[in-house]
Amino acid sequence: MGLIDEGRLESLSHEEIARYSRHLLLPEIGLEGQKRIKASKVLIVGTGGLGAPLALYLAAAGVGTIGVVDFDFVEASNLQRQIIHGVRDIGRPKTASARDKIRSINPGVKVVEHNVALTSSNALQIISQYDVVADGTDNYQTRYLVNDACVLLGKPNVYGSIFQFEGQASVFYSKEGPCYRCLYPAPPPPGLVPSCAEGGVMGVLPGIVGTIQAGEVIKLISGESLKGTLVGRLLLFDQWRMKFRELKLDKDPDCPICGKNPTIHELIDYEQFCGLKPETQEILYETIEPLELKARLDAGETLQIIDIREPHEKAIAKFPGAKSMPLGQVKRRSSEFDPSIDTVFICKIGTRSVFAIRALRETGYDGKIFNLADGINGWARDVDKSLPRY
Amino acid sequence: MATLLIPTALRAFAGGQPELDLDGSTAGEVIAALALKHPEIKEHLYEESGKLRSFINVYVGDENVKKLQGLDTPVKESDSVMLVPAIAGGRKWD
Ligand SMILES: [Zn+2]
Repeated sequence: MGLIDEGRLESLSHEEIARYSRHLLLPEIGLEGQKRIKASKVLIVGTGGLGAPLALYLAAAGVGTIGVVDFDFVEASNLQRQIIHGVRDIGRPKTASARDKIRSINPGVKVVEHNVALTSSNALQIISQYDVVADGTDNYQTRYLVNDACVLLGKPNVYGSIFQFEGQASVFYSKEGPCYRCLYPAPPPPGLVPSCAEGGVMGVLPGIVGTIQAGEVIKLISGESLKGTLVGRLLLFDQWRMKFRELKLDKDPDCPICGKNPTIHELIDYEQFCGLKPETQEILYETIEPLELKARLDAGETLQIIDIREPHEKAIAKFPGAKSMPLGQVKRRSSEFDPSIDTVFICKIGTRSVFAIRALRETGYDGKIFNLADGINGWARDVDKSLPRY
Repeated sequence: MATLLIPTALRAFAGGQPELDLDGSTAGEVIAALALKHPEIKEHLYEESGKLRSFINVYVGDENVKKLQGLDTPVKESDSVMLVPAIAGGRKWD
């Protein structure tokens, strides 16, 4: 039994037969498979690094309806990997840019723009209109939201995730196998693992992982069985060492949403679940705006300014007068701090520094600590425009 | 003794090493040997209670130790133990 109901299939025109002939020639897809692809509706969550190749290949393959969800706008730093957007799209909504590109590749595709953030209040309504979801999100809140909504609605969730030069892919389909929560019951606490915006990402990596996702989507919608798909398997890819590995994934009978006695029956507050609500975090520091820090320095105040970025990042932009202490060394070097002097922590965008602050607090340090809002990028934006932002 | 495969997200706290041969006769001992060798990785691996963090899965070969004997799963020299943490690419969280 395939995912796409026979009753929805329509015949292919001569133009379509010519266009998709290389699919029709494959016995695994063939005419019936291509009709299913045409009848199918696929939702791509996120039109970033993973969503870009997903949308391009699904459009080329003739998926009848492609929905794209994104609330973001195209920025210059996206273009190193988000190949669906171009220089002329900078400043435009990502969904609009994706729509134009999909249409130019294949005008036969119906594009539905969801120019919103996916949330607990709209996810079920949006996802219920589609047959398959491809998860190209970039944060844990949305990942758990997409997972839970797909489990509750019984939809397959084609998963991809990336970090620096390492990727993961799988198909989470709780009717037939494990879900994301079976593998990861809870996300890492904020700040424990750096995000891509802080840790970087090799541009072609999401291209490879997103293309793997696109292949899985096409197999799911064109085929009659799940055989050969990544249901029940986790694919790991290390781009730098050029290694693929495959791990077995099992359904967790105790999974809170797809297990034997589920405790989650509706969507929850994912910000809170991921520890992002301020009330769930201890007060470790105060935030200082770049202009405020500038004013204090100009007034001649003595501050301990600690730059916790890695040496290769300092080569991009240096903070004048800052003491260098990479994140991993903060705990070991805690005796170098003077609690009678205010300390300001600096990283790239103001998130990794929170982890350094937590590490220092854990040593029992009780001096006053400030975190520079938006990191050195904020400083470059508001104070020293001669510095590049990265 | 077994080979421990260290994912990108944790390498920065393990001297940049992608894999290390470490002493230990169980998966848990091999991971503990990593924390002993690189103390700064400890808080990334373990909760304050000493439990391994729930966003890190441990595999011996291609099997999750949850299906074997957990961290007590015995390992031999030819085995590879792999840490598989949750990753989420892209933008900053907030
Ligand atoms: Zn589950």
